[in-house]
Amino acid sequence: MEKKKLLEIRNLHVQYKTDEAIVHAVNGVDLCVDEGETLGLVGETGAGKTTTALTIMGLLPERVGQVTEGELYLNGVDVIHAPEGQLKMMRGATASMIFQDPMTSLNPVIPVGDQILEVLELHKKDKMSHSEMEARVDQILEMVGIPAARKTEYPHQFSGGMKQRVVIAIALACEPLLLLADEPTTALDVTIQAQVLEMMRTLKKELNTAMVLITHDLGVVARICDRVGIMYAGEVVEIGTVEDIYTGEKHHPYTTGLFGAIPDLTKKTRRLNPIDGLMPDPTRLPSGCKFHDRCPHCMEICKTAPPQDITEGSHTIKCHLYDKEVQK
Amino acid sequence: MLKFVGKRLLMMIPVLLGISFVLFAIVEFTPGDPAQLILGEGATREEIEELREEMGLNDNFFVRYVRYVVDAVQGNFGTSYRTGKSVVDEVLPRFPVTLRLAFFGIAGAVIIGIPIGIISAVKQYSKLDMVCTITALTLTSIPTFWLGLMLMLLFALKLGWLPATNVENWTGYILPCVTLTAGTMAMILRMTRSTMLETIRQDYIRTARAKGASTRRIVFKHALRNALLPVITYVGMTFGIQLGGTVIIESVFSVPGMGSLMITSIRMKDSPVLMASVLLAAFCAGLVNLFVDILYSYIDPRIKSQYVKG
Ligand code: SF4
Repeated sequence: MEKKKLLEIRNLHVQYKTDEAIVHAVNGVDLCVDEGETLGLVGETGAGKTTTALTIMGLLPERVGQVTEGELYLNGVDVIHAPEGQLKMMRGATASMIFQDPMTSLNPVIPVGDQILEVLELHKKDKMSHSEMEARVDQILEMVGIPAARKTEYPHQFSGGMKQRVVIAIALACEPLLLLADEPTTALDVTIQAQVLEMMRTLKKELNTAMVLITHDLGVVARICDRVGIMYAGEVVEIGTVEDIYTGEKHHPYTTGLFGAIPDLTKKTRRLNPIDGLMPDPTRLPSGCKFHDRCPHCMEICKTAPPQDITEGSHTIKCHLYDKEVQK
Repeated sequence: MLKFVGKRLLMMIPVLLGISFVLFAIVEFTPGDPAQLILGEGATREEIEELREEMGLNDNFFVRYVRYVVDAVQGNFGTSYRTGKSVVDEVLPRFPVTLRLAFFGIAGAVIIGIPIGIISAVKQYSKLDMVCTITALTLTSIPTFWLGLMLMLLFALKLGWLPATNVENWTGYILPCVTLTAGTMAMILRMTRSTMLETIRQDYIRTARAKGASTRRIVFKHALRNALLPVITYVGMTFGIQLGGTVIIESVFSVPGMGSLMITSIRMKDSPVLMASVLLAAFCAGLVNLFVDILYSYIDPRIKSQYVKG
């Protein structure tokens, strides 16, 4: 049975216009997420992962952030052109987002229970009575591993990991179809990271929520995701199933570089093998393939012509190396 | 919480003692003999010496200070050198005048400044925002006495709608209050706008938006309480200071308040009145501060937990 497409992004371009320059944050992203599926988005800081997520939520910074091209459908809704009122109904109910830093993403002056209750009040008012909502708050708190009795406490009374659990509780309270998690564990201790991730995975299964997990931790991706997209300079340079990415033969040179950059405990490498060079300046992107000045396989054509998506089954790579026309 | 309030009230005692001591010392070192002041230029040396002895002025400084404190605690602040009336009778009728002035001045500033500041921040860069910011900037730059004089010229002399100086009935308060409000309101507006702008960039505001909350809800439920903390501090401080007398405005409009009383008593070396007025001002400032701190703890649970712990 063909699964229903929950999220479809086609050729998305997003720019940030500031007084000094235009930042090309997202440059032609194509992505799909099926219902209940988990997609990992991997890439360095500034690769456009967060911008993509914010666009899905319709939360680009006003005036500054603009979608210049492309289409984005979430559960059939044209997010880019939808009126604010429709987006409001969607946010928190159809799609929720978890932000990176749990220390600052909760309102310091409102008890955590009320912060969870708010999202229910916003979306379930006509379906649930107040006491049902209160009961749901208790239930969701217990689900994320916090005793319901603590709901009257304020964020400063919780540890970082606990705060992130509250944030997750807020995001999942209305059982959204899609959860966008922007580096949900980066700010946490390593031991807590594992707990929180494990919890997210279980909850996601229970609620059958699709998830886009933004991270730069390839280990996390391997454990949780069904598919993985590798982003570089505002493009998805490679996307495929976890098997395609982790055990496949063919890779985008950037992906190879990324894998080279994580220390492998089983092999005896002397030192880390990071990719030479830096991410290109998003205000002045290079011509042709955006990775060409860092790519060990760079060819003449790479400097002028942007590579096309080359797809083989579930695996897509944006690189001239795999383009049969070029290789001839 | 009650314990905290009690503790803070007790702490005001050493503060007031400290202030009274410093004041007493300053008065001591300023030239001028009270006995001479009371008796006037024509008094003979014997007369002055007699009065000094009678007033206890020949005693040691510390003895006199302790005597002052002991008397003051019993509600006796001495007699005015200038009028010969008891200091309490000099100060008490003045205080309500200043209180009214300061209260309505601040209330006006808060009622106008905060909402406009919020609107200005929410509609940043709009025409309305520009108008508000420019007006606020102008009002903060205008010297109070000039604004007071201009208002007086327009409404009292030209139009004749309001009395220029008389505070016998409420119409007399309008011009001084408006003058007082203008400057404070402009400051409050600018502060509210900037703290509000800062607050709506916080991560938790983004979280609230991601929940699907409307702008209105975000402003009033999520941002306002966080943004108002610094504004409340400012309002409290200003009110505290103004309770001690709004010197310039009281002089411009000849309002018989604490400020003009202090100025007169300084000029006439009327030290008992001066001491009492300053102590009263300090006491008011302390009370207002305490009130602000209590308000704070109701707005920000982090502060409350500190109080309860401390
Ligand atoms: S297109 Fe060329 S430069 Fe870009 S990654 Fe492939 S080989 Fe390297």
